[in-house]
Amino acid sequence: MAATLPPPRLLPSGDSAVTVEFSRTIDDAANERVLALDKALAATPIGGMSETIPTYRSLLVHYDPGKIGFDALGEKLLAIACQKPPPSTKARRWRIPVAYGGEHGIDLEDVAKALNTTPDDIVARHVGGNYRVAMIGFTPGWSYLSGLDKSLHMSRRQSPRLFTPAGTISIGGIQAGIQCLAAPSGWHLLGRTPVRTYQLHRNPTFLTEPGDRVTFFAIDHKTFDEQDRAAEAGEIIAEQVIA
Amino acid sequence: MSRLIVASVGPASSVQDGGRHGAQRYGLTPSGAMDRLALAAANTLVGNEPFAAAVEIGPFGATFAAKDGAVRVAIAGAPRNADIAGRPVAMDTSITLKDGETLTLGFARGGAFTYLAIEGAIKGEPVFGSLAVNARAGLGSPYPRPLQAGDEFTVDAASGAPELRIELPKPASGPIRVVLGPQDDEFDDANKALFLDSEWKISATSDRMGYRLEGPAIKHLHGHNIVSDGTVNGSIQVPGNGSPIALMMDRGTSGGYPKIATVITADVGRLAQTSAGTTFRFKAVTMAEAQDEARKYQQLIRTLPDRLRSSDTVELNIEALSDANVAGYAVSAMDAGTWQVTAEP
Repeated sequence: MAATLPPPRLLPSGDSAVTVEFSRTIDDAANERVLALDKALAATPIGGMSETIPTYRSLLVHYDPGKIGFDALGEKLLAIACQKPPPSTKARRWRIPVAYGGEHGIDLEDVAKALNTTPDDIVARHVGGNYRVAMIGFTPGWSYLSGLDKSLHMSRRQSPRLFTPAGTISIGGIQAGIQCLAAPSGWHLLGRTPVRTYQLHRNPTFLTEPGDRVTFFAIDHKTFDEQDRAAEAGEIIAEQVIA
Repeated sequence: MSRLIVASVGPASSVQDGGRHGAQRYGLTPSGAMDRLALAAANTLVGNEPFAAAVEIGPFGATFAAKDGAVRVAIAGAPRNADIAGRPVAMDTSITLKDGETLTLGFARGGAFTYLAIEGAIKGEPVFGSLAVNARAGLGSPYPRPLQAGDEFTVDAASGAPELRIELPKPASGPIRVVLGPQDDEFDDANKALFLDSEWKISATSDRMGYRLEGPAIKHLHGHNIVSDGTVNGSIQVPGNGSPIALMMDRGTSGGYPKIATVITADVGRLAQTSAGTTFRFKAVTMAEAQDEARKYQQLIRTLPDRLRSSDTVELNIEALSDANVAGYAVSAMDAGTWQVTAEP
């Protein structure tokens, strides 16, 4: 619960940004506080701040030291950060199709072997999870998800791959991820989604927001190819669940 | 309209501007010029907004040719030999290339990045308000990648305005200043002192994402894995091998290594212009000093137009002259090398 968290700390990040840290570990309660502070600042920005970057455990606030100093901004940020967060509003829910295994998920079999089970069982556990977008970072649209089934927690690969394909659905440590662009990665690749969490010239350019809820469902590789073409043309393949 | 043709260019040259802001929360790195003051100086010389899109030229040489009309340009940043058909062109000046003329820029003599600003600025389709190249994300306009020979820009025909030079303050020398944190508490006092008291060199494998620093290994107190949090330009992270990396404009928006310190805004461009192999030191300053320097840096960029001078008047820098007299140098007021008093030949 949020009440058990220590008070937030201000960490100087140079002269034009400050980190408001709620926790040093991955912690859903801390992440909720991060997102609540982010939302409060979006609704009522402090003069001089320019951009906020929510992460698992902290909010990085960029600002213009020509408009507000570290002490004045820090005081205001802590005052808002220490307020009881408002009851979280209804989060958006996305259903994301995934083509598991084979060429799209080259680590599925190895993950199953490492966990002494079958690939189908790994897919069932991955599909069974209720995930939350804890943060987006590294490359555009790379959505870090909390909520991975404990039985799927496993350390990252010894040597990261220099290339993993666009749309990769992977797990690493206690996290799950939706990757948008091709990038290096040390995570285990379970499948690929045709969904673009980032696509230029599409409205919206970025699909996911921190705080969104995500579930996955399996599609066959033929459906993947069809949906991939539609997505390339700008269609939003992810299904938004209306509660 | 005229055209400016990239006749030849080395690696690490791309269109850059003030950067792409507002989407770091989605993992979109800001990119932008490595040396913002030099970009602003070049733009100011040709009457552009300070952070308009210009060509950032890496350490190697480059040549640019005007076609279909004259093109007015300016160069600032890392000094290099420059000429048009053998006529020398001084750094920190504007110059007009007549139709068919070629501007030849040599290797950077110290520093790394030189900015070629074009009157009327480079035109393209901005994404999140910026034309800056971010090759990994396929962003940047008119070319979403580093420049190649044969690329060209459609630009305004030269206005015929009188050529200008800009009198920039002598760049600060001495250590690169940092503010400790955000994770300086992941290091003990001995290792913080080792970071601040050692000599460092920029590794040759550095790029626009990060400058790798060669020096002693810095040890962590609790290991090198932290839960990822946000990064800024100038964040100095220390990975497992203990060799710090200063994150630059094409950095990832978040990172999972402890960040011992952050380069102050006023010195990020100086660090960017520290060439590979050059030895330097860091110095910790207070937040108050860092913010004071950041405000002075902003003020300097705002007031760059006040520093424009006619390019063909010889003005003696009286202050420098008297300083030198006090120091007892033999002075030759016409020796541009000694004086930075730019009487163009």
